[in-house]
Amino acid sequence: MANALVPTKRMTIGEGGTALAFVALAFLTIVIAAKAYTPGYAFHAYLFCAMSVAAVFIIFNRYFERPAERPPLTIDGKPNYNMGPVKFSSIAAMFWGIAGFTVGLYIALELAFPDLNLGLQWIEFGRLRPLHTSAVIFAFGGNVLIASSFYVVQRTCRARLAGDISPWFVVLGYNFFIVIAGTGYLLGITQSKEYAEPEWYADLWLTVVWVVYLLVFLATIMRRVEPHIYVANWFYLAFIITIAVLHLGNNPAVPVSIFSPKSYIVWSGVQDAMVQWWYGHNAVGFFLTAGFLAIMYYFIPKRADRPIYSYRLSIIHFWALIFLYIWAGPHHLHYTALPDWAQTLGMTFSIMLWMPSWGGMINGIMTLSGAWDKLRTDPVLRMMVVSVAFYGMSTFEGPMMSVKIVNSLSHYTDWTIGHVHSGALGWVGYVSFGALYCLVPWLWNRPLYSLKLVNWHFWISTIGIVLYITAMWVSGILQGLMWRAYTSLGFLEYSFVETVEAMHPFYVIRALGGFLFLVGALLMAFNLWKTVISAEEAAPERAVLVPAE
Amino acid sequence: MSLWQKHAIFEKNSIVLVIGILIVVAIGGLVEIVPLFYLKNTIEKVDGMRPYTPLELAGRDIYVREGCYLCHSQMIRPLRDEVERYGHYSLAAESMYDHPFQWGSKRTGPDLARVGAKYSDDWHRDHLRDPRSVVPGSVMPTYGFLEETDLDYSHIDQNLKVQAAIGTPYTREQIENAQKDIVTQTTTDSPDAGDLAKRYPKVNARDFDGNPKRITEADALIAYLQTLGTFVDFKLYDDKANIR
Repeated sequence: MANALVPTKRMTIGEGGTALAFVALAFLTIVIAAKAYTPGYAFHAYLFCAMSVAAVFIIFNRYFERPAERPPLTIDGKPNYNMGPVKFSSIAAMFWGIAGFTVGLYIALELAFPDLNLGLQWIEFGRLRPLHTSAVIFAFGGNVLIASSFYVVQRTCRARLAGDISPWFVVLGYNFFIVIAGTGYLLGITQSKEYAEPEWYADLWLTVVWVVYLLVFLATIMRRVEPHIYVANWFYLAFIITIAVLHLGNNPAVPVSIFSPKSYIVWSGVQDAMVQWWYGHNAVGFFLTAGFLAIMYYFIPKRADRPIYSYRLSIIHFWALIFLYIWAGPHHLHYTALPDWAQTLGMTFSIMLWMPSWGGMINGIMTLSGAWDKLRTDPVLRMMVVSVAFYGMSTFEGPMMSVKIVNSLSHYTDWTIGHVHSGALGWVGYVSFGALYCLVPWLWNRPLYSLKLVNWHFWISTIGIVLYITAMWVSGILQGLMWRAYTSLGFLEYSFVETVEAMHPFYVIRALGGFLFLVGALLMAFNLWKTVISAEEAAPERAVLVPAE
Repeated sequence: MSLWQKHAIFEKNSIVLVIGILIVVAIGGLVEIVPLFYLKNTIEKVDGMRPYTPLELAGRDIYVREGCYLCHSQMIRPLRDEVERYGHYSLAAESMYDHPFQWGSKRTGPDLARVGAKYSDDWHRDHLRDPRSVVPGSVMPTYGFLEETDLDYSHIDQNLKVQAAIGTPYTREQIENAQKDIVTQTTTDSPDAGDLAKRYPKVNARDFDGNPKRITEADALIAYLQTLGTFVDFKLYDDKANIR
């Protein structure tokens, strides 16, 4: 009778369906590869085909190796967490981070020393710059968000990640999107919409991946044992949903042919400008802010071992932030051909946005009440707290720059670049580093290799950030003032190229700042790598686990 | 029961939370974007705007491909110094056929909204080949490969067809003659130049890259650059008529 208890092994609908879909994709892409209009597109079609074949192989291989039963949701009453995809994304984040910072350093040097473009079309500034922004925002930032969201949602819901193949589909599919997007830029496949450069087929692929991401995340929340959804998950959810809406709104395009990588966006001119910056600014608002605020709301309380400062403030912070952010896009279009009423709305809401942003900053920093001494001893916590301070600084600078009269000076100059980087390096970078310094030891159950190295990382990259943003402040304001300078006779004082030449020293200082930031990240990669390969198990956690809420 | 406790409905029900987020993030975008499609004063009424010729469109596609917008804006703001440096401030109408818009957000190089007809074709060719040969101090990369790469216009009629499908007023005649028009526009003193000019008023038809034997990517890009900002005649344009 023992036989009756052993369930027969059968392929699930998910496994079979996914494999079938990939077989179909493999056939479709091999046909496209054969008839592609350009070699670059053929290369991408072959990549899609190879990926599909690999996916089918992995699905079958996994099927033959797995036990008949699905992994249990709980073991001995404790949730059986699924941390494989989280581990993958954490490593991917570190890899793409180094890649993105390196490309950033290179293009910074190209601006200081244009001969570094080498006359090679694949590495000219215009092609590498989207590679840099996409690598740091979507590849590094995106993997940090996917890793941390899959970790946090499981721990705060005390439930195993929903889905069997789907979490892996999300992390692998997302990273495949990065490869397609990045190689596309080098080959000149881009729609040249800022931060939405990938062409139509990459956009379609990302849409599928993103919908699955939303479903996995939402289904995990529905499995929760805790009655309340923890505040970090509100922010993750707002990030995932809104990015989906923005992506679909900004990218509708008609391809010239299914055999061509080229497409034309359906929007044009002034409407396209508005849609683009509705997207662009909220990629900042929801990808680089809401998502990373979720990280702040989980990792800072955990690391400081203190509850969130104010529950009510987090409610106000959440709804006010997501409501106001969406309106701020037109401040990228001040004094342009966008109608004045839209510009004024954008400016007004950008200024109001200062309030919820600082509400969030206060909530994050004040969480350290009663634990301030840890800033002296724990460089990881210090990194995260400094990140929130940078968040406060750039969310003051942003509303200020959105005031039309300030913007008339700052727009089109390096001041914007400096502003972006105080947010990107200081806020997004540091809170991500902090989260990874927490996550990797937790995931691999190893103590962090060296806190001293974290300290070095912190100081080296902080000097780097300060050099970067001060150089850009000076060059931006200097160039803005030079453009509008008049002689006593009423003529424009400087030709354009004179203002370009004046930027050179600041471009060199900026590159130095970027170099220091990269050195810090390399120290971090070494530290995390030593942590993962260490033989020593971490000391057991405290007997009583206190949930972060 | 205080108002704070009412918030529990969002915290205890994921679908309610999802719907709440969707509604809250939808409002701002709808208010700012939708009116731009029906308010008649969004795009000024001007004479002279026409769709790009196939060659100019191919050139624009190269401009898009190389990411020129990352360093060059195409949007002159109505500020004293900009109007004096670059010309009349840009109108919304001037980019109405631009899919996507290329207004840009950074001026590492100068604005290009009115660069058309400011420099000679030879200057552009030399400048693309080696920017520092004509502008010492420039930090622009070299684009010599453009004049060495033949323009692929074998499918250009499809590009026009797709543009027509999304609202650019290309006629059937323009689509059917797309490939021929590329040859005509790159030939100095072509016998078909008259037909081309009927289809595309004010068109520049000549060899652009200094090599009449080949139709290269430099031909297309220079043809595009030479049209920028030249469609609207600002001697005839009445600023007051379009005050918004």
